[in-house]
Amino acid sequence: MTAVARLPAKAESPFQLGLVRLMENRMATASGLIAILFVLAALFAPLVAPHDPNDADLFRRLQPPVWLGGEWAFPLGCDGLGRDILSRLIYGARISILVGTLVVVIATIVGVIAGLAAGFIGGWVDRSISWLVDVLLGFPYLIFAIGLMAMMGTGFQNIVLALAYKEWVVPARIVRGETLALRELEYVEAARALGASRGHIMLREILPNILSPVAVVATVRMAHVIILEASLSFLGLGVQPPTASWGSMVADGRDFLVDAWWVSTFPGLAILALVMAINVFSQGLRDAFDPRIQE
Amino acid sequence: MADTAMRPLLEVRDLTKTFVLNASVLNTLMRQPPVVVRALSGVSFAIARGETLGLIGESGCGKSTLGRTVLQLHRADSGTITYDGTDLSALPDEAIRPFRKRMQIIFQDPYASLNPRRSVAEIVGLPLRLHQGLGRAEAAERAAAFLPRVGLQSGHLARYPHQFSGGQRQRIGIARALILHPEFVVCDEPVSALDVSIQAQIIELLQQFRAELNLTYLFISHDLAVVGRLADRIAVMYLGEIVEIGPRNAILKAPAHPYTRALLSAAPRLHRRSGEARLRLTGDLPSPLAPPPGCRFHTRCPVAMARCRTEAPAVTRLAPGHDVACHLHEGGGS
Repeated sequence: MTAVARLPAKAESPFQLGLVRLMENRMATASGLIAILFVLAALFAPLVAPHDPNDADLFRRLQPPVWLGGEWAFPLGCDGLGRDILSRLIYGARISILVGTLVVVIATIVGVIAGLAAGFIGGWVDRSISWLVDVLLGFPYLIFAIGLMAMMGTGFQNIVLALAYKEWVVPARIVRGETLALRELEYVEAARALGASRGHIMLREILPNILSPVAVVATVRMAHVIILEASLSFLGLGVQPPTASWGSMVADGRDFLVDAWWVSTFPGLAILALVMAINVFSQGLRDAFDPRIQE
Repeated sequence: MADTAMRPLLEVRDLTKTFVLNASVLNTLMRQPPVVVRALSGVSFAIARGETLGLIGESGCGKSTLGRTVLQLHRADSGTITYDGTDLSALPDEAIRPFRKRMQIIFQDPYASLNPRRSVAEIVGLPLRLHQGLGRAEAAERAAAFLPRVGLQSGHLARYPHQFSGGQRQRIGIARALILHPEFVVCDEPVSALDVSIQAQIIELLQQFRAELNLTYLFISHDLAVVGRLADRIAVMYLGEIVEIGPRNAILKAPAHPYTRALLSAAPRLHRRSGEARLRLTGDLPSPLAPPPGCRFHTRCPVAMARCRTEAPAVTRLAPGHDVACHLHEGGGS
């Protein structure tokens, strides 16, 4: 591989090598930039959005986008209550990204701990965790989340909980499998032969070697969680009106799909763009960091 | 074995180790008997301080299991492992820890034995941090000072395993094993994954350290030539049992067990004495799941007799320190 051939004089960790490979992947960097753009828009929504997202005006009801005879002040048109669609999209990004990030962060932390414990300690710890994972996997995801939302009630915190409840099984399974494979490797045996503690072996020898697949899975799942949050919001189980979220915006436009297609279409496109950007980026991550597919 | 005047550094008695293969919940519910592999059955030997015992046998015969069990990386099912007067097999994990710095292991696969995410400084410095309580910087400094002794440069410290060749990686593994100056080292086929040209260098390095640190080696290999260069005594393993053990020259020049003879005969040689037929083993190593009854070697033995099929041979002493388990030699030797 050229990347290795040109560096023997210098020390480069596998992480640095992966970063170089990631930067060389144009699709991945472009997708990463698009995702970052969404994040920045969400972070600085009050500065970026041209209007208050909840400012309704029935005189602007279903006003078309600028190229269909609308006005520049409302470039993507207005919804059924006359609210600016662009501003609502920008504010809605906050919900999608925040829910996606929170759920994935919680799920990854819980999943890594559970997976490491199951794979490394084994015995009854493994049996109980694996049993729980299997049970949770048995439920269809969306129905499970709908049921939880119905039980706990709507609201931002409950969306995050309803999705994180089950999401952790994905990293947990991967981490468990990787741990089982890695703990038989000779470098783990070498650490044991040196008298290293279990904690050292789990955190220092095994964990660093499973972080790449975990990061890849976390990004893929983030896209998935964003879609799930949109689905819940679409069904009216997400954040409550008038707070803008992409899923509820799509739902708002359902009734006008023929006369005012832009009300549903732009939030739909926003979901598509963000999810695709994240997915392509995560593929780039995998290509760059997962050692098994190198060479 | 009792011939060594001093107390042996390591004495293994009747070591047995089995692995259970299909212990799944379903099998337990179905009341299926577990499939058990007997990796070691009744292995006994001793190694004196400063001595090198070569351990040879085909792959799958239990050589590596023996090495790892001696180091308590696997726990034995029964038998004792007496190290410098202490029975390790009776100790709990925490009590074994102080022994870890006295006994070490060098692995076969230089690619699997180094953590790809850790730098040389971390890999070679780890033993110092664990056993001497050194900080990161101090450990790295000591590691840097040790690297030249295994033929690497101190400047290699910040590099990662993928930046080294197989031979260099093996040197890193040797540095990790020897930086604490252990007494006893299990060398588990340390050169069999390396190019022949590199093999000689690594063997020389191991010889050099043996002299400098007065090391005791359990040297595991399937290569007679390699074992012949390093070992003082040689033990031959077949299907989890030691079938012959003795001084190097006795084993190499006057092998008693038919299996040892076959191994020697299989080793490539430039000049074979005329008229000397090459002894060839037929068939594969029988499955350790279902070892043959009687003498385990009888299915492939060219001189098997009727009683070999039913009766396991006892250990017979041919000469001081030269033992064999074969019916041919029972009753005072051949």
